Amino acid sequence: MTTPNGHVGQHGQNTADRPSAHYGHVGEHGRNADPWAVLRDATRARVALGRAGDGLPTSRELEFRAAHAAARDAVHTALDADRVRTALAVAGVGLEVLEVHSRAPDRTTYLQRPDLGRQLAQGTRLPGGPHDLALVVADGLSPRAVHEHAAGTVAAVLDRLPGWSVAPLVLAHQARVALGDPVGEALDAGIVVVAVGERPGLSSADSLGLYLTHGPRPGRADSERNCISNVRPPHGLGYAQAADTLVALLQASRQLGASGVVLKDEGAALPPGAG
Amino acid sequence: MTVRRATLGGHTHEFGSLTDLLAKATPARSGDVLAGVAAESQAQRVAAQHVLADVPLATFLTEQVVGYDEDDVTRLILDTHDPAAFAPVASLTVGEFRDWLLARAAERDEAAISALARGLTPEMVAAVSKLMRNADLVAVARRTRVVTGLRGTLGLPGRLASRLQPNHPTDDAVGVTASILDGLLHGSGDAVIGINPATDNPAQTIALLELVDAVISRYEIPTQSCVLAHVTTTLRALEAGAPVDLVFQSVAGTQAGNRGFGVTLDLLTEARAGALELGRGTVGSNVTYFETGQGSALSADAHHGVDGPVDQQTLECRAYGVARHFDPLLVNTVVGFIGPEYLYDGKQVIRAGLEDHFCGKLLGLPMGVDVCYTNHTDVDGDDTDVLTLLLGAAGCAFVIAVPGSDDVMLHYQSLSFTDVLTARSVLDLRPAPEFEAWLARMDLLDNAGRVRELTPDAPAARALLAAAR
Repeated sequence: MTTPNGHVGQHGQNTADRPSAHYGHVGEHGRNADPWAVLRDATRARVALGRAGDGLPTSRELEFRAAHAAARDAVHTALDADRVRTALAVAGVGLEVLEVHSRAPDRTTYLQRPDLGRQLAQGTRLPGGPHDLALVVADGLSPRAVHEHAAGTVAAVLDRLPGWSVAPLVLAHQARVALGDPVGEALDAGIVVVAVGERPGLSSADSLGLYLTHGPRPGRADSERNCISNVRPPHGLGYAQAADTLVALLQASRQLGASGVVLKDEGAALPPGAG
Repeated sequence: MTVRRATLGGHTHEFGSLTDLLAKATPARSGDVLAGVAAESQAQRVAAQHVLADVPLATFLTEQVVGYDEDDVTRLILDTHDPAAFAPVASLTVGEFRDWLLARAAERDEAAISALARGLTPEMVAAVSKLMRNADLVAVARRTRVVTGLRGTLGLPGRLASRLQPNHPTDDAVGVTASILDGLLHGSGDAVIGINPATDNPAQTIALLELVDAVISRYEIPTQSCVLAHVTTTLRALEAGAPVDLVFQSVAGTQAGNRGFGVTLDLLTEARAGALELGRGTVGSNVTYFETGQGSALSADAHHGVDGPVDQQTLECRAYGVARHFDPLLVNTVVGFIGPEYLYDGKQVIRAGLEDHFCGKLLGLPMGVDVCYTNHTDVDGDDTDVLTLLLGAAGCAFVIAVPGSDDVMLHYQSLSFTDVLTARSVLDLRPAPEFEAWLARMDLLDNAGRVRELTPDAPAARALLAAAR
């Protein structure tokens, strides 16, 4: 049930991306086919798991626990800055990398005090600008997503931005999306993009989200941001696809001098509470 | 503003307002720390509980937590207060009220407890809950009776119903149907077949309403459907003549919180009238469904009271004050959904689930609980087992169940269909009576009345699976 990289979900993977059109044919396989397959093939939901008395069979119970464990571990993994630096270098990202911490000193505090995760630790110093763009890589709720997808995403974005002046890349510990506001302001960046580990789901512990904010400064509302979610190849968005969308948003945002709902048509609106 | 004091262990604790006193007396939870209202020490918390125990219940009718003039929820609560229902406990303090409730519960005097509902305000109920241990919350809720109905009867003693939640990330009709059938085959769905739509628009809502209505009609299932769209979307569906059984809305305990949800009391009144007009009930006429959850007001910065921020549990009770005005069929708290900044771990979620259930029921609501958690909260299946079994013992009207505990649209974990079977089996609880009779007609029950473990070639399974073809 588990693969070497810890990705779980034989169940989810079997059915995740199956088109529903397939469903109609399954039922026509004749009376000898497993009728439960009709349900299983129709949805990625965990249907037709069978029973052991009034509970779940052991194999299904352990499968669920493995998926939950992967999600929990993704939340509580510490951000490994060296690993990210190495990955960035391997991906050909030549930007200087700076590290910052939020005011949340540890994971327990971070989870209970989102307000602290949006503020820079006291005494944080960042070099001024001006720059067209600042990139912040933030651990968020899944440092694992940052480990696996930040470098590839950043490289793909930079490849598509010739002529933009880009500030040193900031790697942020115990950070929420809105930490990009004080970082972007300190770096004097016209736009900040925060690549952040998203809250892990049972079948997606490594999703990276990209949040764009024009004119970053503390106090920006979530409605002033644009979001690209679920960067997670090969199951979710690929780096090139995500970078194409982001760069289109960046260009539109620079032209318009704003971000958020005014750019709504070109990107997904920010989900409530995401900040 | 009355300053209240208690001396405990040689130290005098002062509480500047009723709002402050309620917050400081609240059992520990992360949301109150986030709001800056939590007790600063265990001793201060217990001192607040001592002071609160001596506050007369009648004080809550004159001293407000959220102002009467600026908040329509406060006005609704106080303007609809029933002095006759309040009379049996009108002379008691909060502490004496706890003793009174425990005594009536021990005597199994359901009538005395249940008759109080319209005489109690949310703040009174919140206050007494803060003095109660988990077992107190279970014992009293178990002897509080609230029965509602539309096409099935909910809240009867010895019954535990479930909302079958067949969510799908793209609202795909076939995917939703598969989850509905899986739930029905497990004996779930007697409270409601309720879908959270991935997209909140009238066309999608109508399509899903028609889908569930077709399943319910085809198999003549004595249950009701709901698409949990925004009330304004449901109003559009009603105008279009869609088969709306229940009007759904999330509600909060302050006018500002409800504004954050985009609702007013007038909107809810209008939608309820529209659903009532359809006359789709067979055994009752409760046509509304509300969801709530501790922390929703704080998350919308709508948690401010007359003398400062209000604790999240008191505000949750005020949301029940909104819900009960609309004679709901169903109300549930979504207890572990909101995240660790409001309820941090299993202990806090279990406590909050029992509080919400007790408080809602005492206020006269048909109370259910979405026993659930997200992956960034320190909660797992062991915790949800504990809460589910305690709720079953407490006479909870319904819980929510999704295939394999995994909501693939909202990305959180609720109970599985088998969790409902386990709770019913362990606690000797049965489905809603009309639904139980339907399960028997469909040959889905064995001789002992438990939901059969079906082989795919069983006639009942074949009949239901035929719907998928």
